[in-house]
Amino acid sequence: MSKLTSMHDAVSDGVSDGDSVYLAGFTHLIPFAAGHEIIRQEKRDLELIRATPDLVYDQLIAAGCARKATFSWAGNPGVGSLPAFRRAAEDGIPTELELEEYTHFGLIAALDAGASNLPFAPLRGFIGSDLPEHNDNIARVESPFDDDYVYAVAPIEPDVAVIRAQRADESGNAHLWGIQGEVKIAGLAADTVILSVEELCSEETIRSDPNRTVITSDDVDHVVHDPYGSHPSYAQGYYGRDNEAYIEWAEIASDVDRVEAWLDEWVYGVENRREYVEKLGVDRLLDLQPDRSYATPVDMGAYR
Amino acid sequence: MNYTKSELMVVAAARELENDDSVLVGIGKPNLACNVAKRTHAPDLQMVYESGTIGSNPSSPPLSIGDPVLASGAVSIEPMRNNFNYQLQAGRLDVGFLGGAQIDKNGNINSTVIGDYDDPDVRLPGSGGACEIACHVGRTLMITPHSARRFPEEVDFITSPGYVDGREGRKKLGLSGGPEAVITDLAVCRFDERGEMYVAALHPNATREEVQAETGWEIEFADDLETTPEPKEEELRLIREDLDPDEMYTDQAE
Repeated sequence: MSKLTSMHDAVSDGVSDGDSVYLAGFTHLIPFAAGHEIIRQEKRDLELIRATPDLVYDQLIAAGCARKATFSWAGNPGVGSLPAFRRAAEDGIPTELELEEYTHFGLIAALDAGASNLPFAPLRGFIGSDLPEHNDNIARVESPFDDDYVYAVAPIEPDVAVIRAQRADESGNAHLWGIQGEVKIAGLAADTVILSVEELCSEETIRSDPNRTVITSDDVDHVVHDPYGSHPSYAQGYYGRDNEAYIEWAEIASDVDRVEAWLDEWVYGVENRREYVEKLGVDRLLDLQPDRSYATPVDMGAYR
Repeated sequence: MNYTKSELMVVAAARELENDDSVLVGIGKPNLACNVAKRTHAPDLQMVYESGTIGSNPSSPPLSIGDPVLASGAVSIEPMRNNFNYQLQAGRLDVGFLGGAQIDKNGNINSTVIGDYDDPDVRLPGSGGACEIACHVGRTLMITPHSARRFPEEVDFITSPGYVDGREGRKKLGLSGGPEAVITDLAVCRFDERGEMYVAALHPNATREEVQAETGWEIEFADDLETTPEPKEEELRLIREDLDPDEMYTDQAE
């Protein structure tokens, strides 16, 4: 069954004020188009969850969409800190931002508990760290079998996850390659899943290489075809990370007025991702094109 | 020989790595150090990145640990859950590079907050995978500029444990491993049997007085204090021509 829709409709149907939202991806395949649509639709009081909140969360926070950030590393990867996140955390501008903080492993384990219908997940993490003192959802537990101990984290089950992949069929079976991050686990832990892809493909293409499938249609509610939907992040094999944009953001975001102007121009000022891409221009996109490098095909065999 | 402090730091860090080590690499100088080591004395070094790429062989300097050049040509890419679970927690990695805003006398690292947690003076990015790296790799290495602000006697917040309150303290928590060296722009520091940082080698032209002035406690110097060996020509050539030609992470001598 086709679940194909526009990002406008997926966000308007899938995201409500007050929701917990997980825009998944580890540097790779960050759902910027979805984040911008959430800003355009002026969603409010969101709990933004992600291991690595980066620019898109800084933009959501600057636009006043967030009341809380649940995270493990909040920064501009390879560049520095997130100015809007810091303004909110340090000075309550534009709104106070509640923080719920983990380590990477802690947050991923919490999602795993959510995805697996478990009351908690155990991990050897947080040992010797001050973090557990500041998060009630992290607790030390003794082993039931010997005198060892671990930490436990409570499940995280986002209301909505937006995940991106390179290609999917219209029902939401998706192929992803390159860095996978927490995409699958965030999708499985969430109630509603919006899947946004670079390319639509046939079910036959998916079935030709089932090991590459990151999520299946059972767990997907909306499928959006949004080429370049991850810019300035990247899609392995389709375009590279626009590092200039990440470096520029450090400048822009350090000044509240410049952030407003940027949002006016690049988010409120365009109707959708297609207009954003047109505005970026051909030259910039061509500069981000990698050379081709195909994986060697595998023989799945046609068995009778 | 003509070289800069940042080049010396990269080379000194590279020399801490052994052939056959598997190393959780960081971005910037750690990435350069691992690549220098791999192309000189440690060809079998296995480079793993926090983003889950194993055996990366980047064609250009990655700007972030999730850079596509780390994925292309890797031997494997693991989802985050697997990487942290099977690689780090299970103890499969020998070395990890860590950094932070503050490093204290016991090698504890703060990358979370300056000031009070609930009313921060400066909110820093947080742990990411650093706490798990500090807990689980065999030895951790740090590369950082030497300044009193960065080296307080005690960090404001322990994000990633070093020797906590001493070697025994770390053991009592069930942790093995621990910090091995802190490479600064003045010295190479190591940790004594109490788990306290001391100066093992001074860089050429650096003095004890400078190191003490930039350290927030009375730091001890090794009885057999060494001078950090200078970079070799081949190491400098690798950095300047192959690994960091655009000087993203090193200032390079004329």
